[in-house]
Amino acid sequence: MKTLEELQAIRETMQKQLNVRESDGNNIRVVVGMATCGIAAGARPVLTAFLDEVNQHNLDHITVTQTGCIGVCRLEPIVEIFAPGEEKVTYVNMKPEMVPVIVNEHLVNHKIVTEYTIGAAE
Amino acid sequence: MKELSLHILDIAQNSIEAGATRLELTLSEDGKGALTVVIRDNGHGMSPELLKTATDPFTTTRTTRTVGLGLPLFQLCAQQTGGGLRVESSLNEGTTVTAVAHRGHIDCPPLGDIAGTVSILTRSSPNLTLFFRHTTPLGTFSFSTEEAREILGSDIALSEPAVTLWIQAYIKENETLLYD
Ligand SMILES: Nc1ncnc2c1ncn2[C@@H]1O[C@H](COP(=O)(O)OP(=O)(O)OP(=O)(O)O)[C@@H](O)[C@H]1O
Ligand SMILES: [Mg+2]
Repeated sequence: MKTLEELQAIRETMQKQLNVRESDGNNIRVVVGMATCGIAAGARPVLTAFLDEVNQHNLDHITVTQTGCIGVCRLEPIVEIFAPGEEKVTYVNMKPEMVPVIVNEHLVNHKIVTEYTIGAAE
Repeated sequence: MKELSLHILDIAQNSIEAGATRLELTLSEDGKGALTVVIRDNGHGMSPELLKTATDPFTTTRTTRTVGLGLPLFQLCAQQTGGGLRVESSLNEGTTVTAVAHRGHIDCPPLGDIAGTVSILTRSSPNLTLFFRHTTPLGTFSFSTEEAREILGSDIALSEPAVTLWIQAYIKENETLLYD
């Protein structure tokens, strides 16, 4: 049975990593739309999938956040990627299975997954 | 929505967008199938005029579109199970949404991944204090961001993926104790 004391252990592990992280100025932001249409279309498992990927591969330079309405209901779940020096990339009709592909190809290897983008959907 | 927990996430999202710094999520099950969900926040609240039409699909203060579906969808869902939804709100004080769903009703969606909902809400803003409490005839489970922050201190955020995922697993495990 999990107890809150385990959080203490997580804290200690993370504190060790924090010093390393400070030197990384190349932060990528992943933003998941969480308004009604997004949630109904499956944004919650997509967000969890991003957290899982980032956690599993220790991708400290990626910040995963949630926001309100992005505005194109029929294309939800929508995820926006903000990387320094790159234009915003919008991925649409997201499914959890697409997340490892985007993380590996785009967020790690800097190759946009064109077939998942809003440009390909429209 | 396929799960009640998705409605709960969506309604709580309204609270966050209303600038809430305190959010209470309370689930009470009476053992005869009635589930009462209370979502209470201290956000900016609604004027009496806005409150009157808050559950109308054509009421929204969003600028990205002209319909607001969160409240009407949850209300419809609750009503279809023989329950209902009520919104109370005062400007600058906060809002309370209370919904009753009858879980035995054929049209009632499952509660679903409440651990996913709560853990995602805990990371929505560093300024948010969230209290979650779930009571069934078998007992009560409660979790708050206060207790988690006390352990994590000021240097580790609740939004750290490792932390959110741990909270999710912690809630999921404790939720199973509330049912046979
Ligand atoms: N907790 C709250 N605090 C303050 N205002 C609220 C709250 N909940 C709802 N409202 C107001 O009621 C309106 C309708 O809410 P509803 O959830 O139905 O739609 P929405 O949030 O506008 O859009 P959607 O839920 O479809 O993404 C909101 O735009 C907001 O102005
Ligand atoms: Mg809403």
